[in-house]
Amino acid sequence: MRRFLRPGHDPVRERLKRDLFQFNKTVEHGFPHQPSALGYSPFLRLMAIGTRSGAIKLYGAPGVEFMGLHEENNTVMQIHFIPDQCQLVTLLDDNSLHLWSLKQHSGASELREEHRFTLKGPPGSPPSATQVTAVLPHSSREVLYLGTESGNIFVVELPSFRVVEDRTITSEAVLQRVPEDYCNRRSCELVEALREHPKNPDQILIGYSRGLIVLWDLQNNKVTHHFLGSQQLENLYWQRDGSKFISCHYDGSYTQWPVSSDNRHPEPLENFVPYGPFPCKAISKIYWQTTKNGLPYIIFQGGMPRASYGDRHSISVVHGSQQIAFDFTSRVIDFFIIFSSEPTAEFDDPSAMVVLAEEELVVIDLKTAGWPAVHPPYLASLHCSAITCSHHVSNIPLKLWERIISAGSKQNIHYSSMPWPIDGGTNIAPDPPQRDLLLTGHEDGTVRFWDASGVCLHLLYKLSTVRVFLTDADPNDNMNPLGEDEWPPLRKVGTFDPYSDDPRLGIQKIYLCKYSGYLAVAGTAGQVLVMELNDEDAEHVVDHAEADLLQDQEGYRWKGHEKLRTRDGPVRFEAGFQPFVLVQCQPPAVVTSLALHSEWKLVAFGTSHGFGLFDHQQKRLVFVKCTLHPSDQLALEGPLSRVKSLKKSLRQSFRRIRRSRVSGRKRRGGVLSFTAWSMQSPDYTVQEANAKFDQDTLQEMELAPVQRKIEARSAEDSFTGFVRTLYFADTFLRDSSRHCPSLWAGTNGGTVYAFCLRVPPAERRMDEPVRAEQAKEIQLMHRAPVVGILVLDGRSNPLPEPLEVAHDLSKSPDMQGSHQLLVVSEEQFKVFTLPKVSSKLKLKLTALEGCRVRKVTVANFGSCKTDDYSENDLAVLTNLGDIQIISLPFLKLQIRYPCIRKEDVSGIASCVFTKYGQGFYLISPSEFERFSLSTKWLVEPRCVVDMPEVTSNNHVHNKSGMENAVRKSSTVLWWHKVVKHWNWYP
Amino acid sequence: MLSVCFLLQFGAEFRRFSLDRYKPGKFEDFYKLILHIHHIANLEVMIGYADVHGDLLPINNDDNFFKAVSSAHPLLRVFIQRQDEVDYSNFGTNTLSRKKKALVTLRNDNLRRRPHINISMPHDFRPVSSIIDVDILPETHRRVRLYRHGCEKPLGFYIRDGTSVRVTPHGLEKVPGIFISRMVPGGLAESTGLLAVNDEVLEVNGIEVAGKTLDQVTDMMIANSHNLIITVKPANQRNNIIRSSRMSGSSGQSTDSTASHHSLPTSHVLQNFHPDEMESDEEADIVIEGGLEPQHIPKLHSLTSSSLSRINGSSLSHRLQRDLVLNNNSGRESNGNIHKLLSSLKTDPRHSLVIPRGGIEEDGTVITL
Repeated sequence: MRRFLRPGHDPVRERLKRDLFQFNKTVEHGFPHQPSALGYSPFLRLMAIGTRSGAIKLYGAPGVEFMGLHEENNTVMQIHFIPDQCQLVTLLDDNSLHLWSLKQHSGASELREEHRFTLKGPPGSPPSATQVTAVLPHSSREVLYLGTESGNIFVVELPSFRVVEDRTITSEAVLQRVPEDYCNRRSCELVEALREHPKNPDQILIGYSRGLIVLWDLQNNKVTHHFLGSQQLENLYWQRDGSKFISCHYDGSYTQWPVSSDNRHPEPLENFVPYGPFPCKAISKIYWQTTKNGLPYIIFQGGMPRASYGDRHSISVVHGSQQIAFDFTSRVIDFFIIFSSEPTAEFDDPSAMVVLAEEELVVIDLKTAGWPAVHPPYLASLHCSAITCSHHVSNIPLKLWERIISAGSKQNIHYSSMPWPIDGGTNIAPDPPQRDLLLTGHEDGTVRFWDASGVCLHLLYKLSTVRVFLTDADPNDNMNPLGEDEWPPLRKVGTFDPYSDDPRLGIQKIYLCKYSGYLAVAGTAGQVLVMELNDEDAEHVVDHAEADLLQDQEGYRWKGHEKLRTRDGPVRFEAGFQPFVLVQCQPPAVVTSLALHSEWKLVAFGTSHGFGLFDHQQKRLVFVKCTLHPSDQLALEGPLSRVKSLKKSLRQSFRRIRRSRVSGRKRRGGVLSFTAWSMQSPDYTVQEANAKFDQDTLQEMELAPVQRKIEARSAEDSFTGFVRTLYFADTFLRDSSRHCPSLWAGTNGGTVYAFCLRVPPAERRMDEPVRAEQAKEIQLMHRAPVVGILVLDGRSNPLPEPLEVAHDLSKSPDMQGSHQLLVVSEEQFKVFTLPKVSSKLKLKLTALEGCRVRKVTVANFGSCKTDDYSENDLAVLTNLGDIQIISLPFLKLQIRYPCIRKEDVSGIASCVFTKYGQGFYLISPSEFERFSLSTKWLVEPRCVVDMPEVTSNNHVHNKSGMENAVRKSSTVLWWHKVVKHWNWYP
Repeated sequence: MLSVCFLLQFGAEFRRFSLDRYKPGKFEDFYKLILHIHHIANLEVMIGYADVHGDLLPINNDDNFFKAVSSAHPLLRVFIQRQDEVDYSNFGTNTLSRKKKALVTLRNDNLRRRPHINISMPHDFRPVSSIIDVDILPETHRRVRLYRHGCEKPLGFYIRDGTSVRVTPHGLEKVPGIFISRMVPGGLAESTGLLAVNDEVLEVNGIEVAGKTLDQVTDMMIANSHNLIITVKPANQRNNIIRSSRMSGSSGQSTDSTASHHSLPTSHVLQNFHPDEMESDEEADIVIEGGLEPQHIPKLHSLTSSSLSRINGSSLSHRLQRDLVLNNNSGRESNGNIHKLLSSLKTDPRHSLVIPRGGIEEDGTVITL
């Protein structure tokens, strides 16, 4: 029988694999890439964001989020919630309408697309006849009014999307009673705005782009009022009581119009250009919010003087004598005001303004004096400076967690204390199983600490390394606030600032020891900073050491960037992680690998030239090792020297693009992330960047197919000395009887160096020097880059992290049995015996499958069936974007999942795995996708949105007398609707 | 049993002497000198040397003696074996294929070995390529093995995407395929004559390329570059090996002769090739042990490059010594160990050994390498 069972098809193991492994993409963190539309339901207290790729995301209380994707992947132009329903309608740029609804399914709500519809005109009519420009979901929830480019307004029933043809509001009908002279000048063109009367659902306000505004009576199908605007119309807004409305215009003006039954052709009450008298840009949206004290809030988007401030993305808030023009860092997509939605309330009393800009979400507290910003619990702009690397730490001890939060809270004092105003839905997901930190390094020299435990990726603390260095940029440069009497009263808001003035500050590697609070951070210009967590502000001198990685090698000239200049004398650091020592690599090439051993108080770092070991207790360099190959010219000159010009020109062109704004946004995202990641792995920069650009050009020009050279790797290849990985281990390096601390380094050329370390015992730690000597050098014959090194103990478990055993969080490693060394290259996994390094077994991934290892981590997988079983496996990401799980120590492929598109080079480069089988990768410069390989550790949104029944009943019953009367008398249909409503939600 | 290796008589010692690089004299004299130094004048021996790639090549005439001396830099390692124990199949091959070779020669032992000794000298060639598995492949396909090891030439070819036409149940169908797009002049691929532009690549080391991207196939080929076996469908189908029905057996020799009719420069033809067989430790990684006694690190710049090479050098000689001792106990396998040893010496110049340049110094027991 046995011979019929193919190896690897052990049924017991297969069953166990099902209990251990499962692939899910669980949630997207961060800010949606290229948002294009915003919607809000005051009834559900949910916000919806649509993107250019056709995604729609709903957000409520922290943890409440939903995502949907339109099949067509077209840009979402508009989002409208159906009043008092768990439904919304989206309009895409292909002119299709989609009805989405939130329905409960096995205890949790889900967002589903229910219907789709494209408005069709009579045969032969131009496409503009049915091009939808304005959407009004009527409060009856029965119909949608669709304004079109032709000026006609179509009526569509919900949810069937049936066009009710006899109710179409044609431009002819509208023009019937318009004065002749006006009519001649302006025909009804595009419908710019549709607004329902706030008190009388039978009246809708129709605004045409040329300026004509009419009030239409739905009962009698006729115009009741004409408002003859003289300026091109941008938008309309009803005042709460329905006695007035505001129109805003292309010339930067807004106009108030009275609505009364006695005057059918009223003149404007007031026409005002807030930033006049010089020509201004359009005001594209306006709110007029009433308050108890009588002074309204007038909030409008745009309207800046065209010549001097035409490039600003502003929203102005005017309240009596207070006026601020909030100046956003990127184009404003849309905004809304959260105000009292109680129908009985007499005033709007706005509480907050929510602004969706292209690169971030900004919420302004309108209740607190000074109108401070509110710190959003989600939708963080991960890319406020381009992400250059990330590091994940699982299971943070509570003590460290609290200290980081406390350090972060001191940074957030300028935020409003207002509770998050968008609080719809209920988060029913179980509490996150542990405290996880995601650290992102950025191009501007900052490290951001994110709470990655749950669904909301939330910024805890931001660390800046800039203070240690002298940079060209004056830190106070753009902080300088405008004086009180400046006009317009601009105030910068938002954190998005992707343009680092000194790319050398960029963070390339991060290593945090969660037990000791030691943090090592390394950057683009060969700087390595070791930091300690301090709960107080402090002023101290940062010790400085140089590590000459070239040693006495002759004839090398570094043509790359210079090292960063350091500040002399003591530097003031705020509470949090404070650097106490700086190791500067020479030449100042980008740091490509970093390891910290908090127990031995050692930090190891590597560049394209070599690696070194620094004793941060004694602040003394222990040794350096040059890994350069004499013929490696590219590395000698500095890998960045070639890239720099490219990078520089990219940077400049981005700035240009930014100035000339919208066009080319689609490209920018991709390329931006490329710059960010190019620093991460310079070994690929040149080739891959060139390959990518070549490919793009080729595709564009449709030339002959690409060809690839088949050539074996040789010792003379470029960047062979590039240090890819560093690893500390207490193992048997020399003989099998004595173990000792050791440092392992792996290079791009397939070489592994092992150094024996002698660390003095704790009591003499300051007195005796740490010593190191090379014990082994392994040259892998296939010469592929070494991407991971790991030592397995006698029980084949990976050695624990430093201090893990000391904190009783891990069993001590087995030091009796024989240790094994696992070397992971891009092409092979290979297990060697220790101390005699002889090959034991291997998995030749590339030779068999043609894929290469990009990322590898040991992850612990627990069974979903029993609590007492867990095992360690390797989680591997390949250059094809596949994730593979490979067993330890036998190197058997367990399972494979396609995860990232193979063309998404920056996504693959950005991937980090957690220690418990989850992972993150960038799906855009601003968003992390979280995925899980484990059946046990799954962080995904699970939430319920209930129809707020009480409110809804109130809403139906407590409509003001007049409105109710109107409705009752209007149609039988309405009653039918109410009954239906009750049936649905008893 | 192999008797001698490494200028080392019966595992006992090294002999060191020098010759004029440009006028080494005649092979005859050298042969006598060797016998004299080793005091084995009464034995018939076969002299071999390790070339720069670590391959064992014979010294049996003036020409290859001159080549051996001129290629020595600065040390020439000479191996001496008793004539009647020489396994010729080991000459000219590299560390890669020794096990399989042993299998082949075992089968042919009776046919081949004696005649070789009597008839001719071992061939002076190193295989660079071969056609294999002729009997199991369709006649339209060709499985080519390229031996890059020991060859200074680059593999030297390019591949591209393309479409090929397949016969399917639904008729002819265009499917994407991988093709050889270019040959580097003077490269290994071109020099074999077994591969040509527009040949369709079907398999790489036994794994089908169908469904794989150009980049994947590139990576697979590079990962297998030490021993690349490509199955192609030649664009030119006129040079195919025609299999006659009587050759359905495993007679390698006769196939060889058939092939030679078509003037294909095959070195020899292997049959019944299984990819699994290649899964040996053919690519042994090089491990260099560091200094064996703790070394004081004087300054921050602890290990200078020169001190490191000394460490490497001395430790390597320890290893050599150990391996040499092992070599004496086993038969054919020890020949394999020579290869292993040689390949381990073939490290890159950074950790090349520190070798004193001296004149003739026959000191008998020096192990300074």
